[in-house]
Amino acid sequence: MSQLWEYAPAPESRDIANLKPSYKMFVDGKFVEGSGEPLKTINPGTEEVLAEVSTASPSDVDTAVKAARRAYDRVWGRMAGTERAKYIYRIARLIQERSRELAVLESLDNGKPIKESRDVDVPTAAAHFFYHAGWADKLPYAGYGPDPRPLGVAGQVIPWNFPLLMAAWKIAPALATGNTVVLKPAETTPLTALVLAEIIQQADLPPGVVNILPGAGDIGAALVEHADVDKIAFTGSTEVGKLIQRQLAGTGKKLTLELGGKAANIVFDDAPIDQAVEGIVNGIFFNQGHVCCAGSRLLLQESIAEEFLEKLRVRVSTLRVGDPLDKNTDVGAINSREQLTRIQELTAAGEAEGAERWTSSCPLPDKGFYFAPTVFSGVSQAMRIAREEIFGPVLSVLTFRTPDEAVAKANNTPYGLSAGIWTDKGSRILWAAQKMRAGVVWANTFNRFDPTAPFGGYQESGFGREGGRAGLEAYLDV
Amino acid sequence: MAAAPSTSPLAPLPPALADAVRDDASLRRFLHGLPGVDQVGVEQRAAGLATRSIKKAAKMWAIDTAISMVDLTTLEGADTAGKVRSLAAKARRPDPDRPDVPRVAAVCVYPDMVATAKAGLEGTGVHVASVATAFPSGRSIMPVKLADTRHAVEQGADEIDMVIDRGAFLSGDYGAVFDEIKQVKEACGDAHLKVILETGELATYDNVRRASWLALLAGGDFIKTSTGKVSPAATLPVTHVMLQAVRDWRDLTGELRGVKPAGGIRSTKDAIKYLVAVHEVAGPEWLTADLFRFGASTLLNDLLMQRRTQLDGHYSGPDYVTVD
Amino acid sequence: MSENRISLGKTETRIPVAKTYKLYIGGKFPRSESARSYPVTDSKGAFLANAAQGSRKDARDAVSAARKAFAGWSGATAYNRGQVLYRVAEVLEGRREQFAAEVSAAEGVGAKKAQALVDTAIDRWVWYAGWTDKIAAVLGSSNPVAGPYFSFSTPEPTGVVAVLAPQQSSLLGLISVVAPVIASGNTAVVVTSQDRPLPAITLSEVLATSDLPGGVVNLLTGRTAEIAPWLASHADVNALDLTGAPEAIRGDLERAAAGTVKRVLRVRGGEDFGREPDIGRLRAYLETKTVWHPMGV
Repeated sequence: MSQLWEYAPAPESRDIANLKPSYKMFVDGKFVEGSGEPLKTINPGTEEVLAEVSTASPSDVDTAVKAARRAYDRVWGRMAGTERAKYIYRIARLIQERSRELAVLESLDNGKPIKESRDVDVPTAAAHFFYHAGWADKLPYAGYGPDPRPLGVAGQVIPWNFPLLMAAWKIAPALATGNTVVLKPAETTPLTALVLAEIIQQADLPPGVVNILPGAGDIGAALVEHADVDKIAFTGSTEVGKLIQRQLAGTGKKLTLELGGKAANIVFDDAPIDQAVEGIVNGIFFNQGHVCCAGSRLLLQESIAEEFLEKLRVRVSTLRVGDPLDKNTDVGAINSREQLTRIQELTAAGEAEGAERWTSSCPLPDKGFYFAPTVFSGVSQAMRIAREEIFGPVLSVLTFRTPDEAVAKANNTPYGLSAGIWTDKGSRILWAAQKMRAGVVWANTFNRFDPTAPFGGYQESGFGREGGRAGLEAYLDV
Repeated sequence: MAAAPSTSPLAPLPPALADAVRDDASLRRFLHGLPGVDQVGVEQRAAGLATRSIKKAAKMWAIDTAISMVDLTTLEGADTAGKVRSLAAKARRPDPDRPDVPRVAAVCVYPDMVATAKAGLEGTGVHVASVATAFPSGRSIMPVKLADTRHAVEQGADEIDMVIDRGAFLSGDYGAVFDEIKQVKEACGDAHLKVILETGELATYDNVRRASWLALLAGGDFIKTSTGKVSPAATLPVTHVMLQAVRDWRDLTGELRGVKPAGGIRSTKDAIKYLVAVHEVAGPEWLTADLFRFGASTLLNDLLMQRRTQLDGHYSGPDYVTVD
Repeated sequence: MSENRISLGKTETRIPVAKTYKLYIGGKFPRSESARSYPVTDSKGAFLANAAQGSRKDARDAVSAARKAFAGWSGATAYNRGQVLYRVAEVLEGRREQFAAEVSAAEGVGAKKAQALVDTAIDRWVWYAGWTDKIAAVLGSSNPVAGPYFSFSTPEPTGVVAVLAPQQSSLLGLISVVAPVIASGNTAVVVTSQDRPLPAITLSEVLATSDLPGGVVNLLTGRTAEIAPWLASHADVNALDLTGAPEAIRGDLERAAAGTVKRVLRVRGGEDFGREPDIGRLRAYLETKTVWHPMGV
């Protein structure tokens, strides 16, 4: 048996997605045409148009906010937590029931591998609703006083990297705490949020409690600006986060931001090497590196750097890049041409600045937006690829000699979302975890998410938490 | 089946490794200096890789490859010459209706059945493997274990599946285990040595990694998970750790050593998961019966049924494959 | 000065030694690098003293002193921080009368009321001192994640906090905004009440003699509207308390703070500092850090 073993294509059927030719926005319990210019959402894996999606105009934002306000004043804000809980549980169950449909649709619209949408995004989205449902009638026990009150209408703007999951992260806690919601999904990935709207309709939520408005940045800005919105929650780039914080200055609206990152993954010489290699790979190539908490900087102890890099390259070269719907795809499509261009530009900068580039020789499809997994070694802190968020499958490798140096380099960034530590020595793990200026520290693992575990950043990675008891604060008037 | 290249018992180790086996203390230092294995990480990786979906031609190739890697095994107190003969017949021609089905790699029996098996496989190229060294517990004295081994070899065994002294290993007496393997290896002569670690008794992945290296250092041609008499027997993550060991051994020495999961692998689906692990953890060069085996009895029939399903386009049933 | 002559008997009077009020930066008492000062009067307009008029460079020095002190202070054990803060209360207690006189002069309240304010301020300090080793237990959590991981979340200090102290409540208000910042391990750059800065300066003398490491609290007197924008935009400041911010520039300060995504506490200065606080101010300068580790053998 000497011939090479090529895995045959194993695509998930796209029919499961129940793709419709057109999608409408969801306002006041109904699917309606928006008065914005309709957009065509494409499959980044093939560049073909998937569907036409109607978008909101600023006046639609106003209509949606009014609907949310009405729903808050008349129904949702007054409803007993026990009843709110049951609605939210219903949403969780409906997501589970329609999980494969959502997974396939997510992979079509976003480009992420089906195994990720199927095994991570969709189940975690359901888990967020399930978890938060239980909080709805237990808020007096959350540590925010005997009767913490909701804020009112929450405006939420989410990114394209985890379209359904981010919608769940935003909507679930808002509803559990008694707020109503106007959510704007990302321009390039509106579809699963609109299927979530169908689910919300099937769950029979009162009209106006959740409104979903597809659109571009201007609609996000209109939502942020709207005078009758009490709270803004934004996940996205630090650049836009700063704009929003500026925009809200002086308004008194509550704001939470979950922004960019440039996480360091520190590998000490006593690390469980094989699992560390896996963790580094998962840290940067999960979801094509389109992860705000991606471990995009690898800090290797010099004594093992060469050996580790070699193992890493061997492992990375086994990553299968291609059709997002193929169940064997490890790295899918870059979400948009724009993002692909940015990744290309930053990697070119890495080469120009003298870092050593290694790119997997894996075959790439002819059509669609793809970028082969890339590892830069010989990177220094001053290079752009060590400082700027690339948001793609590109890893920058630096080295260190002592634990103090590792921590200093890890913290040497205005970001502070996540960090990784790999070592078999327990006391060193706790020491390093304490020193990290980052909201999430993964030790001997990476990219773990759970609704019970608060997630969010330090410094320019934003403020406020999502998940856990701590995450409720974002939607309570405390 | 091509004969696997046997490791010369006296093949010199590269300096770094020669140093490791200089004395008991060095051996201990070396084994304890191996990187740790994180249980959650390795299990997650194994589970993740197990979601690979192998279809069509790739599946057909996997089924045939898996058949060619089977060490068709009977290790029962109730074994008889008749049972072994029938197993040999099955090994020769796994699916009588389909002569294109590859032969299995070996038939694996107790030492007293080696001659019978050998006779039944005469001229087929299918190896006879024999367990030895007071299988399965290994709880006997060294002369008995060596005599057991020599007997099997004399009877014509091409491969010896020895068990290590888990008690010695767990009490930290690595030197004893090393010497034992070395002596058995010498007793094997030209026969290939598979070293059964009995991972179910070693309890931790760190121990599996250490035992793997110990066996490789002592000259084992294969490292094998289990006797099949202890639960858990072979698991995917344990096999991952052992595949990492032979891969790292290759990187250090240039030599290719084999891995054999045994026990509990009953379905084609499971077998394919193992092949995916071989492919992606160790590398494609391990996808040969020279370097990877399945120790199994019921697996073969499921592979044959699935093979029929693939070729015939409809599901097959147990009455259409032979029960031996 | 209200008591610039002290009767020493029938005929003789003693001329008291007047104090030069300076800034408190990095544990030292420098004059403003700008060499400016401004007159401070009592509530009736009578001259009390000149206070240093802190500049943007003083603010910069204060921030770097606060940053320098952060690692040590945040890394100290909570028990140690609690003891240091309690020590501050002890030393405050010893100066009750001095503070009462200064608060009375600054705020124009009677002696009894002033004493009550000082006592509440000391009690407030004790209240926060007791939080140092409890807040993590109240705000932290063990997270029952759905997998073989041990996950816990723990509150950690945000870093350097710029505090615009309340303009009216010169001591109680000041202590109510400063104590929660440092109790959890942050370090503070405080712009005191512009027109009522003297109790703050006296407080700095207490802080300097209470085992509090230099730089943990830095006090700047001067024009709030002049100093605040520099703190709001300073990239090495992590959080901003707008309590004492002039209404006209609150929006600008928030906008400046957005430049480095600072945490902004938008409470207005009118709050009743006499009321027992909740833990909101502690929470405002804490980051939740979640740590994960696999559980396996």
